[in-house]
Amino acid sequence: MDELIEILQDLHSDVDFETCTTLIDDKILDSFDIVSIVSEVNDRFDVAIPAKELIPENFNSAAALWALISRLEED
Amino acid sequence: MMRTVLDYLDNTASRLPDKVSFRDEKSALTFAELKDQALSGGSVLLNEGITREPVAVYMSKTPAEIAAFMAVLEAGSFYVPIDDEMPQMRIRLIFENLSPRAVICDESTKESAKELAGDAKIFVWDEIKSSAKNDEALTKVRASMIDTDPCYIMYTSGSTGIPKGVAVCHRSLIDYIESFCDVMKFDEETIFGSQTPFYFDASLKDIYPTIKLGCETVIVPHTLFMFPIKLVEFLNEYKINTLCWVVSALTMISAFGVLDDTPPKYLKIVGFGGEVFPIKQYRKWKKALPEVRYINLYGPTETTGVSMYYEIDRDFEDDEAIPLGKPFENVDIFLLDEDNKETDEGEICMRGTCVTLGYYQDPERTSQAFVQNPLNNRYPEIIYKTGDIARRNERGELVFVSRKDFQIKHMGHRVELGEIEADVNSVKGVRTSCAVYLKKKDRIELYYEGTPEEKELLSYLKEKLPRYMVPTKVHKLDRLPLTPNGKTDRKGLTAMSEGK
Repeated sequence: MDELIEILQDLHSDVDFETCTTLIDDKILDSFDIVSIVSEVNDRFDVAIPAKELIPENFNSAAALWALISRLEED
Repeated sequence: MMRTVLDYLDNTASRLPDKVSFRDEKSALTFAELKDQALSGGSVLLNEGITREPVAVYMSKTPAEIAAFMAVLEAGSFYVPIDDEMPQMRIRLIFENLSPRAVICDESTKESAKELAGDAKIFVWDEIKSSAKNDEALTKVRASMIDTDPCYIMYTSGSTGIPKGVAVCHRSLIDYIESFCDVMKFDEETIFGSQTPFYFDASLKDIYPTIKLGCETVIVPHTLFMFPIKLVEFLNEYKINTLCWVVSALTMISAFGVLDDTPPKYLKIVGFGGEVFPIKQYRKWKKALPEVRYINLYGPTETTGVSMYYEIDRDFEDDEAIPLGKPFENVDIFLLDEDNKETDEGEICMRGTCVTLGYYQDPERTSQAFVQNPLNNRYPEIIYKTGDIARRNERGELVFVSRKDFQIKHMGHRVELGEIEADVNSVKGVRTSCAVYLKKKDRIELYYEGTPEEKELLSYLKEKLPRYMVPTKVHKLDRLPLTPNGKTDRKGLTAMSEGK
């Protein structure tokens, strides 16, 4: 989880990713961020996020994204 | 004789009154409704004495905004699109340059418009769109309009920190749309999926062919560009067959492998521009949708829109660039070297009706880019120097090489690194700064010297700059490195960021 926060912090150092649950709803993340996140997650966790998981619910908070990564790691 | 783009609207509204012109998820306007609302809105402006002047249209991206643009034109004025996603401080700078006497807003922007507009009169679109028409005043102003009158102003990044307002006349826009429609072969069956904001000249590619030919434009919700499957499902739901998008929006779909599982079903034409289309991504499109026509579109705001095109007709190596191609009809393009001599690798210069009126209320910056043709000293002839360097390949096509200055293309938008620096340098306690662009990662980073903390500076920049101009990361340094001749070492800093 810490490593994921680090990736996110790298994109927006002024956002509190531990608590924010409206990353998509409040337009904090944009399409460019999503592309960066997917590629960083692939590099660091060796997890490929498939297109069908690219839905707002998976990106609204760091916790949701972490749950997604964990789920994909298990598969 | 065609004098203004309103002639397009008149023809189409009488030919196809009940066909949908523009729609989004919540609303739609037929051509007859578009015309009717334009006349009503135009009448209100004329009754208030607003004519032959800039009118800011500060609305969310909806079909209604197009009707408001047309209303401004009906009143003999020119419209200035202001986006609800622009930061307030940028809007303030634009209003300072523009000094508008009238602002058209909608319910969502009303409060913010009141705060920003100063003495300008504010019109809420829903309150004026069905007002009584003043036929006499409309006819009179229409008769007085000529094709060199301005049609719109679009603001683009300026290296001094002040955005530049490119003023464009009806004649240039008509010239562009005629050639563009011929090249693209649009027709009444064309359904555009509109991606770009209306304050960006790329949106003209959807708006004006729709009005001229009776096509349909569907406004794609902004948030879908984060979620490629939903995006393609939307294209399929609305039977969208034509895209004129920035490259990053197209690669969002191809990079995630969406094309194989959920391909767009109705696509026929894909025009792309704003930046270089990576060959690898292009191949994915071509492989999944081989019947689609792919056309590279190039041209700066200052020459109205697209001035050059290349329809892909062959395969490319991974390291090759898709050419910019050849000019539209009635546009002349040539390359000049530093001594203003014609060359096969040099600055792209353009001549023709496409050359716009210049920067609004800004003679100084206008005279730097809009200059007398150095190849002609016999009569006045203004050309536009783009600042883009290109070379001619063995087939005679132009290929983009680089920028002459520190302008970059990021997420399809034009960004002057100097504008970011000017804003940073205006912050109390900042001594100097340098913005760098990391091409491989497609991101902007910033280095600076001074007292503000990194977080503090970044939040300030987010308020001041549009999202696509905000650096991904800021780095505070004790001293910025210098080159041997005493300038900030931009290359060194770029390498530093790339190494991280």
